Amino acid sequence: MLKRLFVPALFVAAVMLAVSPLLVARAPLETTMGLVQKIFYYHVPSAMVMFLAAFVCGIASAVYLFGRRPGADRVAVAAAEVVVLFGIIVLVTGPLWARKAWGVWWQWDARLTSTLVLWMIFNAYLLLRKYGGPGSDRLAAGVALFGMANVPFVYWSVNVWRTLHPKTSVVMTLDPAMRPAFWWCVTAFVCLFLAVLAARVRLEEERTRLEELYLQLDD
Amino acid sequence: MPVRAPFDFTTLTVTDVSRHFGRRKALNRVTFTCEAGHIIGLLGPNGAGKSTLLSILATLASPTLGVVRYGGTTAREAGPAIRARLGALGHDLYLYPELTARENLRFFARLYEVDDAAGRVEAALTRAGLADRGDDLVSGFSRGMRQKLALERALLHGPRLVLLDEPFTGLDDAATQALVARLVALKQEGVIVLLTTHDLDVVDGLLDQVLVLQNGRLVTDERQPATGLRARFRRVLAGEAR
Amino acid sequence: MAAPGTLRRFLATAWLITRKDITVEWRSREIIYTTVFFAASCILVFAFGFVKDGRPIDDVASAILWIAIAFSGTLALGRTFERERYNETLQALMLAPADRPAIYAGKLAGILLLMLAVEAVLVPLVALLFQAPLFRQPVLLVALLGSGTLGYAAVGTLFAAMLVRARSRDVLLPVLLYPITIPVIIAGVRGTAAAMAPDGGEMARAWVSMLVFFDVVFLTLSLWTFEAVMTE
Repeated sequence: MLKRLFVPALFVAAVMLAVSPLLVARAPLETTMGLVQKIFYYHVPSAMVMFLAAFVCGIASAVYLFGRRPGADRVAVAAAEVVVLFGIIVLVTGPLWARKAWGVWWQWDARLTSTLVLWMIFNAYLLLRKYGGPGSDRLAAGVALFGMANVPFVYWSVNVWRTLHPKTSVVMTLDPAMRPAFWWCVTAFVCLFLAVLAARVRLEEERTRLEELYLQLDD
Repeated sequence: MPVRAPFDFTTLTVTDVSRHFGRRKALNRVTFTCEAGHIIGLLGPNGAGKSTLLSILATLASPTLGVVRYGGTTAREAGPAIRARLGALGHDLYLYPELTARENLRFFARLYEVDDAAGRVEAALTRAGLADRGDDLVSGFSRGMRQKLALERALLHGPRLVLLDEPFTGLDDAATQALVARLVALKQEGVIVLLTTHDLDVVDGLLDQVLVLQNGRLVTDERQPATGLRARFRRVLAGEAR
Repeated sequence: MAAPGTLRRFLATAWLITRKDITVEWRSREIIYTTVFFAASCILVFAFGFVKDGRPIDDVASAILWIAIAFSGTLALGRTFERERYNETLQALMLAPADRPAIYAGKLAGILLLMLAVEAVLVPLVALLFQAPLFRQPVLLVALLGSGTLGYAAVGTLFAAMLVRARSRDVLLPVLLYPITIPVIIAGVRGTAAAMAPDGGEMARAWVSMLVFFDVVFLTLSLWTFEAVMTE
């Protein structure tokens, strides 16, 4: 299914992302923050994709661990790399905005910290897969499952600890004139996510096929 | 929980078993059958896949392809009950050096929930020739003493299939003879004994079946092999092509 | 699923393993001595960073306490499973027909006792060296330490057990464990700080309930996944 999604998803994402600057530019200026607020149109969708990918990785890992389906593991590793990739976008665009809005690059605020922790968990997942030796894919699946279960705890604990970041309710109370541009960007990023995920899963499948061919060559 | 007859079997059937690590085939379509009351020698150079095969037979790893049947049942169908019928002795002996010989045996007897644990532990200590050293720490034992104790530890629960990884390593002549006698006794009890060894002179005439692995493939499967194993398999075991 | 006989067997197996670990540790006392000393060294190192003009900065005692617990916990976990790896005895445990979750529970109880023993030394030491009123609310402090250590050890035992057959296990254990146990550390540090404050009782209780919830979720998950991650 993912394979067939690749071309349309990539196409839609490309077109929508190409058009998005126009929409973002046309959206009204936010009164207090002015121009810097525009980064929000890319920052928030990236964060959404990051959490979506983490969720996909956790579910796929559980399926792999208990159902022993190798296909699920390929989806899990692809999704984990997407988490790290979009995490970088979030963690770079966030401070760019924070510098202007708060006057500092980094704040130990709830959302920033929990995003960083989630990003670290999936980096650890990839490190384990890379350096853990044979059999570490099953161990990594356990880590991903724990990482996913951990999200609400991290979120809650960091939230009580510290809150500075604009509330998520920002999305709901958005100025109606900003909504089209915002949801346009969200759709574009989700399509981009699907395209990247499909490409990465496909790469992993090709690699598995290559390994199988090498194995057959051996006979 | 309904009381069921304890799980048991008299044959071990390995069908088309492969185990891949990435591009490497640790085992490549291995097929053979073993029967109760036989001592089977698993021979092959280092890296031929012997340890991988032992850990699959011990249910510690699952094959990439193929199936292992204990009687008519796979390990997954039998669940933990299968492990009550397996006894394994790894190269690292599976003993706690900080515990005494008796404590080691007692711990595993309770873990396996055997009947009459105390009686079996004492019998095992006697068979290992350690009746008077039962309360000494294993860390003070020689390799030979540990080896004997480890073997009795693995046999404590009366397993049907016994997997021994290089059991003759580090034994002196007397200990070797004692181990051979013990294996013959197990054979007469109807146990399937599968062992790996490099010491072909010792097992000459003892084996009922010889399996030779080379680069993950089973190259020889011979019942009731003639004596003179060393002469015949020397080149294979040195890792040379046949 | 849990017939009374099943539960009794589960507990018997777990206790068998815990008792074995206690016996082994009691004979050498290696892990407890080295871990306590390591934790004390951590405190010493932190003191140079967090004591200004001869006085510790605010709330630093609870942070130092929990970081020392986390660091020494990693050490205890690594050493405990290195011991099971040395003669492949963890394999021997996996070979036994015993319930595998019971083996996990037994190892967890051993680690927990070890960590609590270290904490029994650590807490008075921190209170003394940093003039911290740690014992203002002793019941809350015990609840925080107990539930926090249980959560940390529950995840740590699973990870350390599964890393026994991985390469680079020494460095991978903290790399995997610290991000996952961040909620425990936050709750421990903030909860202990609240328990030391004159009017922090309610806040500390909120942290304890989060820790208990964390324990329930991660203990269940660990018991459930242990068998799956331990078989190749």
